[in-house]
Amino acid sequence: MSEYIIEMLNITKSFPGIKANDDITLRLRKGEIHALLGENGAGKSTLMSVLFGLYQPDSGTILKDGAPVKISSPNDANALHIGMVHQHFKLVEVFTVLDNIILGAEKTRWGVLRKDEARRRVVELSERYGLKVDPDARIEDISVGMQQRVEILKMLYRDNEILIFDEPTAVLTPQEIDELMEVMRGFAREGKSILFITHKLAEIMKVADRCTVLRKGRLIGTVDIADTSREKLSRMMVGRDISFNVEKKESAPGEKVLEVEGLTVPSRLHKKNAVKNVSFTVRRGEIVCLAGIEGNGQTEFVQALTGLEKAGSGSIRLKGREMTDMPIRERSRLGMSHIPEDRHKFGLVLDFTLEENLVLQRYWEEQFQHCGHILRRPVREYAQRLIEQYDVRSGQGAQTIVRSMSGGNQQKAIIAREMDKEADLLVAVQPTRGLDVGAIEYIHRQIVAQRDAGKAVLLVSLELDEVMDVSDRILVMYEGEIVGEFDPRKVSVQELGLYMAGAKRDDKKEAV
Amino acid sequence: MKKRATMPKGALNLTASLVSILAGLLVGFILLMIFNFDKALYGFGNIVLTGLRTPDRVAKVLYTAAPLLMTGLSVGFAFKTGLFNIGASGQYTVGAVLALVGAILWQLPWYACILLGMIGGAVWGAIPGICKALFNVNEVITSIMFNWIGLFSANLFLYNSPRMLANAWGAINKDRTAALDKANPSAILPKLGMDKAMGSNYMNISIFIAIIAAFVMWYVLQKTTFGYELKACGYNRNASRYAGINDKRNIVLSMVIAGALSGLGGALYYLSGTGQFTMGKQLLSMGFNGIPIALLAASHPLGTILSALFIGYIQVGGEALQPEFAKEIIDIIIAAIIYLSAFSLLMRELILRGRSRRRQAEEEKSRQAADTVEE
Repeated sequence: MSEYIIEMLNITKSFPGIKANDDITLRLRKGEIHALLGENGAGKSTLMSVLFGLYQPDSGTILKDGAPVKISSPNDANALHIGMVHQHFKLVEVFTVLDNIILGAEKTRWGVLRKDEARRRVVELSERYGLKVDPDARIEDISVGMQQRVEILKMLYRDNEILIFDEPTAVLTPQEIDELMEVMRGFAREGKSILFITHKLAEIMKVADRCTVLRKGRLIGTVDIADTSREKLSRMMVGRDISFNVEKKESAPGEKVLEVEGLTVPSRLHKKNAVKNVSFTVRRGEIVCLAGIEGNGQTEFVQALTGLEKAGSGSIRLKGREMTDMPIRERSRLGMSHIPEDRHKFGLVLDFTLEENLVLQRYWEEQFQHCGHILRRPVREYAQRLIEQYDVRSGQGAQTIVRSMSGGNQQKAIIAREMDKEADLLVAVQPTRGLDVGAIEYIHRQIVAQRDAGKAVLLVSLELDEVMDVSDRILVMYEGEIVGEFDPRKVSVQELGLYMAGAKRDDKKEAV
Repeated sequence: MKKRATMPKGALNLTASLVSILAGLLVGFILLMIFNFDKALYGFGNIVLTGLRTPDRVAKVLYTAAPLLMTGLSVGFAFKTGLFNIGASGQYTVGAVLALVGAILWQLPWYACILLGMIGGAVWGAIPGICKALFNVNEVITSIMFNWIGLFSANLFLYNSPRMLANAWGAINKDRTAALDKANPSAILPKLGMDKAMGSNYMNISIFIAIIAAFVMWYVLQKTTFGYELKACGYNRNASRYAGINDKRNIVLSMVIAGALSGLGGALYYLSGTGQFTMGKQLLSMGFNGIPIALLAASHPLGTILSALFIGYIQVGGEALQPEFAKEIIDIIIAAIIYLSAFSLLMRELILRGRSRRRQAEEEKSRQAADTVEE
């Protein structure tokens, strides 16, 4: 029998205009945890989709236990005992946990479902691997972490031996991440083989045995984790050295810029309030970070702050001026810039050119228009300056249609536009979401530079590393309330995680 | 390797439109062969050539193209701002009737009547716009309903206004409005002697007004902050809200302008003095033909000029098919051509795909060549 359970040899897969995988070879040993590392767009997901039968490779072969196999659909993959936990879970929200697990592999007699046996197996599996779930709970009622356990149980229920995890830690708290790592190690001990897709180096160092690195669709190499380091891996991934620590001086907070008092925002989804009685201030020269797990009211808070949604009650003051009910344009004029959470939905008009997007917040200014007629030349010159200054790369310069640009450069365009506004308050929501380490490093430096230039910065982030590295002060939001305030130098990630998960809270309500 | 097949956008759109037109003409020819095989070639020749045969036919083409250009602009302008104005027919009707009211009842000169037509269309476009902006009611549904409301309101009004009808001005029909040469010659669009030069009563300034309107629309969309805002709303409403653009105001304004363009179309057609508004139970097709015209031009205002001229041209050509072919067949053929013309979007996608595949194959070949050299 072959040493490898799965071998993907010389896989090439092209899409119109782009080669997503170019001659990639990946060998998975039995019983190992094999990490697949790469920046966004490096081809990790394509490669895994080929293995899972979602895409057919243009060329290359896949061997299972040394014998060539053809995987033309997820059903084929399943028959070969290959299972996958997708980044966005594939669960039926209104079904119970048990129904979701057996879905597609139901046992029936005379066309009638036989759930008893299934239930016994699910309970047995969940106890054996420490994957606690309630088989009768509905998916919509359980936490994201538990939903992930359901996805894992789905693979186990189908006796899968090769388990693919696509960015499994993105949605978890630090405690849940630790638990997941333990579960993964348990699988490996039992002889199951794990492919672990991620761009978080720390997790790879912690749990993986070997790591395959992709860059721009090409294979860079496969290394043993025991012989490598974070720095080496990141150099393989990005192609140059990356500094992990955000260098910054001590903050020197000045006058108050943003004052939020008793802000309450109604939820669009249910009758309860999404943001409850939130109060805090942000001063000049400091970066305040609003941390929390997704869906705890941060989005609604930011929409009320920036004027995209109406606030329920409470007040927001910018430089002492009441702006709770101000139109968006006036907030912007008063001195607020906003790097939005969803750059495609809010931040950019994708079918506009780069220059049109760069003036999106100021096309109405005197310098860019005269009596409603847009002045092409000043717009072009301004765009060119920003493109140069912020190193925004694109195919046809200022006239590139933004849709054709890479995610990192699209984000850089937004950063350039919002930072160049010279506003007193910068609201940055998930500014590094989905970006590679090179771009993250750049954006963090820019945010710190804004702070050092005397701006007040409110950073909203789900990434704990970012929260710890960049901020001067951390506010944790849980279920719409601020449950704690911390100094990043005096708090541990674990401690923050407890607050984010709602396990702990400070009762001195008034964060200042 | 990330480059997509690069081809100037304009050239791509033009190629796609031309391919669609050719496909439409081919289907028309096949239909002709099915209905009357012997005369098919002769009939097809008529469709393609009649429009240029005599100066009178050229004039007729321009006369037909002017209102088509206006409804095409109306639909295209709304498209650019992210709205589907299927209500061009109703706006066209209301604009036409209001222009005729100015001409016949109020005895106003032609330019005042044109203005009235624009106002009528603008009001008819504004209502769906307001419903969309304030109550988020889909503009497709409201504007379809307003097509019918406009048509029957016009009929109701004309039934109750005997002074508007032809029999009040010395003719015998009472199902249509008065002929302008009897009721108010000053409301007829100026002909500037072109009618004599071309020997056609159809020739007047309407096509020039329509072309000017197309250039104005192009300028507004391309060069002004207003057009920038409208396009931003059309492409991405959330992002424009984020940028502080008043999206609700822009939806209403966009529908008002689209309505005014359609209304102007109605005014131009009926102020030519050659047609009379007939009370009927069917929506006027002029408004619906604006949709394929806009599609064929990829909503570009200047492209709309060409596509309106083309549709006008084959409509005039179709008229020459009688008596060898029944009148209904002509409509079917024109409809087939228009229908296939509307596939220009699909064609664009097909052309792009074909090109990128070819490019990829070439890249592959050159790479293989390079590889063998290395070995």
